[in-house]
Amino acid sequence: MMASNYNAKEEDGHQPAAIGHGGAGTVKNKKPDNTAFKQQRLPAWQPILTAGTVLPAFFVIGLIFIPIGIGLFVTSNNIKELEIDYTGVDMSSPCYNCSQSYSWNSTKPCTCSVPFSLDQPFESNVFMYYGLSNFYQNHRRYVKSRDDSQLNGDKASLKSPSKECEPYRTSDEKPIAPCGAIANSLFNDTLELYYIDPNGSRTAIPLVKKGIAWWTDKHVKFRNPGGNDNLTVVFQGTSKPVNWRKSVYELDPSDPDNNGFINEDFIVWMRTAALPTFRKLYRIIHKKPNMTPTLPLGQYILEVTYNYPVRSFEGRKRMILSTMSWMGGKNPFLGIAYITVGSVCFFLGIVLLIIHHKYGNRNHSADIPS
Amino acid sequence: MLRRRLNRLFGRDERKVDSRTIYVGHRPCPATEALIPPKFCDNRIVSSKYTVWNFLPKNLFEQFRRIANFYFLIIFLVQVIVDTPTSPVTSGLPLFFVITVTAIKQGYEDWLRHKADNEVNKYLVTVLEDGRRACKESEKIKVGDVVEVVEDETFPCDLILLQSSREDETCFVTTASLDGESNHKTHYTVPDTERNLESLSATIECEQPQPDLYKFVGRMHIYRNNQEPAVRSLGPENLLLKGATLKNTQKIYGVAVYSGMETKMALNYQGKSQKRSAVEKSINAFLLVYLCILVSKALVCTTLKYVWQNRPGQDEPWYNQKTQKEKDANLYLKMFTDFLSFMVLFNFIIPVSMYVTVEMQKFLGSFFISWDKDFFDPEIQEGALVNTSDLNEELGQVEYVFTDKTGTLTQNNMEFIECCIDGFQYKYADSGTELDGFCVTDGPVNILQQKAGREKEELFLRALCLCHTVQVKEATGQGDGVADGVEDQVDGVMGLDGETVGPADLGGFIASSPDEVALVKGAMKYGFKFLGMESKNMRVMNRNNDVETYELLHVLNFDPVRRRMSVIVRTKSGDTMLFCKGADSSIFPRVRQEEVDRIRMHVERNATEGYRTLCVAYKLLSREEYDQADTGLREAKLALQDREEKLMAVYNQVETGMSLIGATAVEDRLQEEAAETMEALQGAGMKVWVLTGDKMETAKSTCYACRLFQRSTELLELTVRTLVDLGRKREERLHELLLDYHKRAVQDAPPIKAGVTRSWSSANQDYGFIIDGATLSLVLNSSPESNSSCYKSLFLQICQNCTTVLCCRMAPLQKAQIVKMVKNCKGSPITLSIGDGANDVSMILEAHVGIGIKGREGRQAVRNSDYAIPKLKHLKKLLLGHGHLYYVRIAHLVQYFFYKNLCFILPQFLYQFFCGYSQQPLYDAAYLTMYNICFTSMPILANSLLEQHICMEVLMDNAALYRDVAKNAMLGWGPFLYWTLLGVYQGLLFFFGVRFLFSNPALQDNGQVFGNWSYGTIVFTVLVFTVTLKLAMDTRHWTWINHFVIWGSLAFYMFFSFFWGGIIWPFLRQQRLYFVFANMLSSVSAWLIIILLILLSLLPEILLLVLRKPRGPHSRQKKPVVQSGVGETQSPRSSARPLLMKTFSDESNTIL
Repeated sequence: MMASNYNAKEEDGHQPAAIGHGGAGTVKNKKPDNTAFKQQRLPAWQPILTAGTVLPAFFVIGLIFIPIGIGLFVTSNNIKELEIDYTGVDMSSPCYNCSQSYSWNSTKPCTCSVPFSLDQPFESNVFMYYGLSNFYQNHRRYVKSRDDSQLNGDKASLKSPSKECEPYRTSDEKPIAPCGAIANSLFNDTLELYYIDPNGSRTAIPLVKKGIAWWTDKHVKFRNPGGNDNLTVVFQGTSKPVNWRKSVYELDPSDPDNNGFINEDFIVWMRTAALPTFRKLYRIIHKKPNMTPTLPLGQYILEVTYNYPVRSFEGRKRMILSTMSWMGGKNPFLGIAYITVGSVCFFLGIVLLIIHHKYGNRNHSADIPS
Repeated sequence: MLRRRLNRLFGRDERKVDSRTIYVGHRPCPATEALIPPKFCDNRIVSSKYTVWNFLPKNLFEQFRRIANFYFLIIFLVQVIVDTPTSPVTSGLPLFFVITVTAIKQGYEDWLRHKADNEVNKYLVTVLEDGRRACKESEKIKVGDVVEVVEDETFPCDLILLQSSREDETCFVTTASLDGESNHKTHYTVPDTERNLESLSATIECEQPQPDLYKFVGRMHIYRNNQEPAVRSLGPENLLLKGATLKNTQKIYGVAVYSGMETKMALNYQGKSQKRSAVEKSINAFLLVYLCILVSKALVCTTLKYVWQNRPGQDEPWYNQKTQKEKDANLYLKMFTDFLSFMVLFNFIIPVSMYVTVEMQKFLGSFFISWDKDFFDPEIQEGALVNTSDLNEELGQVEYVFTDKTGTLTQNNMEFIECCIDGFQYKYADSGTELDGFCVTDGPVNILQQKAGREKEELFLRALCLCHTVQVKEATGQGDGVADGVEDQVDGVMGLDGETVGPADLGGFIASSPDEVALVKGAMKYGFKFLGMESKNMRVMNRNNDVETYELLHVLNFDPVRRRMSVIVRTKSGDTMLFCKGADSSIFPRVRQEEVDRIRMHVERNATEGYRTLCVAYKLLSREEYDQADTGLREAKLALQDREEKLMAVYNQVETGMSLIGATAVEDRLQEEAAETMEALQGAGMKVWVLTGDKMETAKSTCYACRLFQRSTELLELTVRTLVDLGRKREERLHELLLDYHKRAVQDAPPIKAGVTRSWSSANQDYGFIIDGATLSLVLNSSPESNSSCYKSLFLQICQNCTTVLCCRMAPLQKAQIVKMVKNCKGSPITLSIGDGANDVSMILEAHVGIGIKGREGRQAVRNSDYAIPKLKHLKKLLLGHGHLYYVRIAHLVQYFFYKNLCFILPQFLYQFFCGYSQQPLYDAAYLTMYNICFTSMPILANSLLEQHICMEVLMDNAALYRDVAKNAMLGWGPFLYWTLLGVYQGLLFFFGVRFLFSNPALQDNGQVFGNWSYGTIVFTVLVFTVTLKLAMDTRHWTWINHFVIWGSLAFYMFFSFFWGGIIWPFLRQQRLYFVFANMLSSVSAWLIIILLILLSLLPEILLLVLRKPRGPHSRQKKPVVQSGVGETQSPRSSARPLLMKTFSDESNTIL
């Protein structure tokens, strides 16, 4: 099976071993060059892995990793996170009715309120995520079902989207904008947070919808065709995705910089998740200028406009409130992993050191060479 | 290639005529009524494979005939046809690259061949046409044309010499480009042809073309004025071969007999059988394993996909509808295409690039052998020659070495040592104090007479002067052409004797066999000078400085079967004498017995001392005897069929009843460092078998001299001599001996483990085995009723338990037979044959690795070898140094390639469990394509070219290190399993490490989340760094090149990722990786996981490195403690101490 690529030279009919009749002049050239490369004598560093060099490495790794791990672990533990499942699977759940009576055609949105309480205040910026489970955003058919040049504002692609978008390419003979399964299944629940004052009044918590998408996505990768003005005109002749209730230019009519393809909710959704259980950034609650916590402890209500059906594929919907650290969201795994690896290295170092001292003493002197 | 040859075979079969008839000058002959011009091929040489038109289809066809390429083509086609996860580009691009590079290379080589062909074919030659001289392009020459060739021109086709400008009707040629023999060979014109070629009317009948350069039989009918046609025999001495060069002769005329592709030169360049290395077998076995892994992965995924899809709501959730086409597709067809898609997704596990890298490694690596200045021999001004690059690693795996004796172990540089005349021993003393410098050093003690009679002495010396085929090299004035080509050889011969003045003042002797030169020179020392030939007269100057002339009547050529040669000469006085010299075994039966006894003792003693002995006999032929012999010889020479046999019969008939005059002893010195080399080879665990045509005593003494046999070695002899016993049948005796030896060498020997420590570390008895050709054929081809296969296996078992086996009196074919037998025996050990002469070609071709020595016996061995070295001593470095390194390099290369692709693809496989078995690739297409081409290919290539895990000097000084890699140790299933497990471990680690990190995909401090492409990019980054650093850890020899490629490819990866993600690529349908890499780097968590995973993946490697017995630094300055004494190399401490302790031992005892 191995190749015979270089054997052609053997079949070469014109390679007589014409050495005998070479004159003295040509013969001289036959002496191989005495270069370091050709003689395989290039100066080389020959690393020696001895106990002397490896043992300290183990200890150093241990000594570096364990503090990092502890730091990560503490950081992760300090992050406050709250997760609320509002799918409405249980009869007792406030959204049970909405999840049961779901139909695509209903014009009146179904809303439900999920009360919850915070045991401790959330300091600094709080990030609000929605989470979906058993939703295969990483399915191949789904992942490829988009047209990036259309999303980048290409007018030709707007009129005739890529074939990859099938079966969400055209509807009623008109091209869909934005086309494809990803865009079509845009998460369209609306989540609102209310703080219940001890006196019983509800205060809406300001949710900021900017800064949730990657900067480069928002400013380079996604573009409206022909600038951000007059989106209605630009998108004329296109059709809205079949499962959407409104057109793409109506995603955020209040803010032209957040409308159309550059709507951040849309951009966030278009970045397909890696795993079937995922979360996506929904809103940011900026910290207050004064010293009061962003979300003080107390009672809250999550108002959900329940539009997004997940029960057909046994999915779950969650709302997640989380603070952030320099390492991102809450994830104890990294800290634990660092502590474990650091300890293992340290332990190995000790074991090797013991062996080294027990058996290696006799030629210890020779142990530390050059 | 094969087809072409087959065609030729069939083509030949069609016109199954044994001979062809050629009309000289295309003139009809009186005997034949009508001239039917026979059709022969034209004189065009076609060595090229392609033309402009058929290059593309033919080359593509040939490339895709290779299974690997075909496999990749299929994968590519599947990608084009079926809707697969990766675009066809990912596998199409590498394949296209490989195919294109190969095609360009082959195209270039073919272009060179075309050019060379044209040069030969368009060469202008002069042809005699109807009495006029006409210039013609060489390719237009037709069989039957009379061609003129002038000095220093090469012959355009195979010619029969008709006329020469020299008076003695001879011409000189050199066949250096054919067989490398640079001496001038004399060729003769056909006797009795007319001087006027225009009126010559003749036909030539000769055999059909055949490749043997030294065989030609033909017959020429010359018609003269309605007389009975004269018939002349044609032999190789009349045939001028295409490719040979005319020397020393102004011009010749010859008639073309073979042209174009039918010339002997063209027939000889028909390629050789391809040798495949054992490493390739391992690669193929591994490939099979990986193919199984691939198929089972695809099967598992397909099955699970359909199990998963059966759950409600999973196959087609509302957010991910199928297209109409997908819905309509047949279920089974869908399953099949799904299976194919998975295959495509995982196909990177068997990478195209491995083949390219392995080829490159072999091709480039072989340059180091030809570049090695240690292989350069100042005497012949040449270094090593690599004829094939496929077998580099095989040099590190040799278990059996088959070596020729003459010219290989010994120098084939003969020196006359002594002679024995009529039972008295003569030795040449340098000081001329004794009478004529001819003194008796040793004689039979019981006889008072100290010297043989003067008459006998002179007869003996005359015999030495006459009985040979030596030519005297002409004085340099004859032509400048002589000077360059021949001088080396002549000087070599002369220089060794320290003699500067030859018989013809400046000249030297030229002969096909160095023995003859030695003998002629020996005679010269004693006062008899051979002055050369003068048109059939041999001139000899005797002690009284009188020139005697003898008419040379016949030469009964030497051949290896008869093992003797004779001449028939007529003295001035009219006596016809036959002088014969040959091996004792062939002479003794043909002389009177009482003479033999006196000389035998000397011959045998000389043989034990390692000299080559020849016996000289003579015979006075009576008139009748001569006439009878003369006619017999002439008849036999004219025979078209079975000429050889007929000649042989006549020879045997003539060479009887001779009387023995004496014997000569010629020393053949051992090659430089022959003993050290052999010792090193044995220390490296190789079995050395000496296969020689020489007689047993000589060979045995050479073996002792080379330290192949030690004093303590117990010799088991199985020769004709030991078989002749008590008048019993030879078969019985053979049977008995075999059983006895078997008992001693095999059964009684303590059981030794796995050959590795055999014979040198254990202090038990060494055995040496001696067998001769006759007995060997008895063993191999014994009659069917006797259990021959049993003999054979007994014989093999004995041989395998002996350190050295000596096979003497071997015919060339028997040598190959032995090699074949060992090659095919259990465990199929790797064999190596080394030889320098034409008689070694068969065994060189037969063995796994054939080594030619650029010796004195021509170039055939070199031409047919895989590697050629100038001296035997170079074998040590070739095997222990280069071979060992190449093996380690390629073994590491292969293992590493499989490993790195396993941990490349395993995460992709695992990802299927998380994406609904939808064949979603984990990595971006660019990464999939570039991984093997750019990111990880250069470091391993550099490593596999430059790595010296132990440096060359240490390898050479410690032959035992060779045993570490014996039996394909680094490509066994054990190491393979280790690498595979390492790959699996790392693959699992990469995937699940990132998987747990992604349980919360918010990895940046601004709360934004990462998607699936970030996931893949993190895994891929870890992967690239890990496999590159793993290689860095395996590298023991860091040259700047290693540093450059290792750190360079990592830097390139970073650069490429930035670049690839930094631009919206207009030609891409999806901008998947846009700023993914940069975003990843902005996340601290991603950094942390990457560092952690790299370290964790390499941790087992680091641990193993520490715990394994360290391979010390082996710095060049540091000479190992034990130099060559192989027996003591084993350090007493190393085996006794526990394993872990070795861990921390310093480098001083790490040689083993």
